[in-house]
Amino acid sequence: MVVSRGARLCLRLFTGVVLAGLYFPLLYVMRLSVATSRGFTWPPKGFTFEHWTGARSATGPRDALLHSLTIAGWATLAALVLGSLAAAALTRFKFFGRNTLNLMIVLPLALPGIVTGIALNSGFARLGVDLSRVTLVVAHTTFCIVIVFNNVGARMRQLSPNIDEASADLGADQLQTFWHVRLPLLASSLLAGGLLAFALSFDEIIVTTFTAEGGYQTLPLWIFQNMFRDTSLPLVNVTATFVVLAMVIPVYLAQRLSEGVAGASRADRASGE
Amino acid sequence: MGHSLDRGEGLRLAAEGRGRVLRPSTARRTAARALARRPRLRLGLTLSGPLLWMLVAYIGSLAALLMTSLYHNETVGVATRMVTDPRLDNYQSLVDSSVYRDVAARTVLAAAAVTLIDLVIALPVAFFMAKVASTRVRRQLVIAVTMPLWAGYLVKGYAWRAMLNPESGLLREVFGRTPGYGLWGSITTLSYLWLPYMIIPIYAGLDRLPNSLLEASTDLGGKAGRTLRSVVLPLLVPSIVAGSIFTFSLTLGDFYVNRLLGGTTQFIGNTIYSNFGVNLPLAAAYATVPVLIMVAYLTAARASGALEEL
Repeated sequence: MVVSRGARLCLRLFTGVVLAGLYFPLLYVMRLSVATSRGFTWPPKGFTFEHWTGARSATGPRDALLHSLTIAGWATLAALVLGSLAAAALTRFKFFGRNTLNLMIVLPLALPGIVTGIALNSGFARLGVDLSRVTLVVAHTTFCIVIVFNNVGARMRQLSPNIDEASADLGADQLQTFWHVRLPLLASSLLAGGLLAFALSFDEIIVTTFTAEGGYQTLPLWIFQNMFRDTSLPLVNVTATFVVLAMVIPVYLAQRLSEGVAGASRADRASGE
Repeated sequence: MGHSLDRGEGLRLAAEGRGRVLRPSTARRTAARALARRPRLRLGLTLSGPLLWMLVAYIGSLAALLMTSLYHNETVGVATRMVTDPRLDNYQSLVDSSVYRDVAARTVLAAAAVTLIDLVIALPVAFFMAKVASTRVRRQLVIAVTMPLWAGYLVKGYAWRAMLNPESGLLREVFGRTPGYGLWGSITTLSYLWLPYMIIPIYAGLDRLPNSLLEASTDLGGKAGRTLRSVVLPLLVPSIVAGSIFTFSLTLGDFYVNRLLGGTTQFIGNTIYSNFGVNLPLAAAYATVPVLIMVAYLTAARASGALEEL
């Protein structure tokens, strides 16, 4: 099929417009955070860092940020352990109910967040557990497992079983093989999966709504509750800009790491031929 | 057997050990030997953690949700308590009430609209990425398209709330018209939010499509339009379905965008949320609606082979 010059130009222009559209809202919020004009009247006017300096002494977003980091940290840690174990079980063993486990892990991604949220809420109620930081971490872990599972599982499938045999031939036992051979080869996928799981938890609000104790605010909850107060808007703009920057940087790193994984697989294939 | 790989890895291992023999303690060696001889034990140790977690925390919760949906609230004086006597009354009232039926229909139509809008935008973008752009640009575009997904869900909703402001927002001032806060405000914002989920699978599908297939179509006299219609689109169906699972499911369960931009519009999520505090059993019963819709959707998707694309 020959794509004519005109068609190419149209496609290029269209893609450019779509990309601009994807980024414009983010840039707009950043612009609002340094504008002297208030409210949503277009165009934003003036330039000031006043809101940023003011935000330094604001306790609301700072506490919420701390809460978000705590929850995301613990959830990521638990998801890393459980997600890698699940990936190992599913890539290295054949057993009864294998497909069911696979489905179970992917389910929180396929079902709408509100279902996961209200289900976990009913589950905790049934067990007589009061909502707390722990229930929030449990909830976040449940939907973060799949991210680690996908990243680490993809890397595990690329690893040749030969390396295990080579390690055994050289006299290493299973634990040594795991520690000295497998773990280093999986490190980049663990890091990428961990960063993405962290970002997912940090950004989550729907499941959080149903599983956080009353009054415990994560950063997204804080932003939501202050969005409707005109006096809070400058602070919301600064916090929102902060969130965009704080998330985009680690995710960019995670993407570069995943590219490294793809690169490594090419090298594997090349040396295997 | 890949001998060269064995040797290469072996040499690397030997080099990293720097000639030092890794001599494990006796206890560890016994444990390792026991593990090596018992693959079932190994499987058990690997599997039990994640399996228990998903069974107890997730499947258990879904079961609890189903149980709760069969209970009902009883008000005695000012106190409300939940009666754990299973009945189908909640489901009956959902089916009977035209309000709940309308909300469900509106949400499904909105999810379909979002999916369609995203599809129309995603197809040309994905085509440009996979078949026109150079390899270097292609890789940058993949990152550029995925990054906004991670830039804060609520921040993006907030930005659109500002841009669609009916009095003096960007769209009103620059284009003279705005969907404002209402059903179309929500649909616009949801389409924006989930667009990358549609672009990426379609791009991956097009990337896998060999160029020789397109050339063959040309050699057989197919013009660009005909090739797209008769060769590219049919082969892309699984990728399109894969993308639509995200756009559809995410819209079906969303209620924050609607609280920000929907005005008085109610989606399934809003109705569940507003019942959550006052009538948990009814909210639980209503939460099975998006589950059933998604199960039906996924079953249909499975038939098209799209699940392998996820």
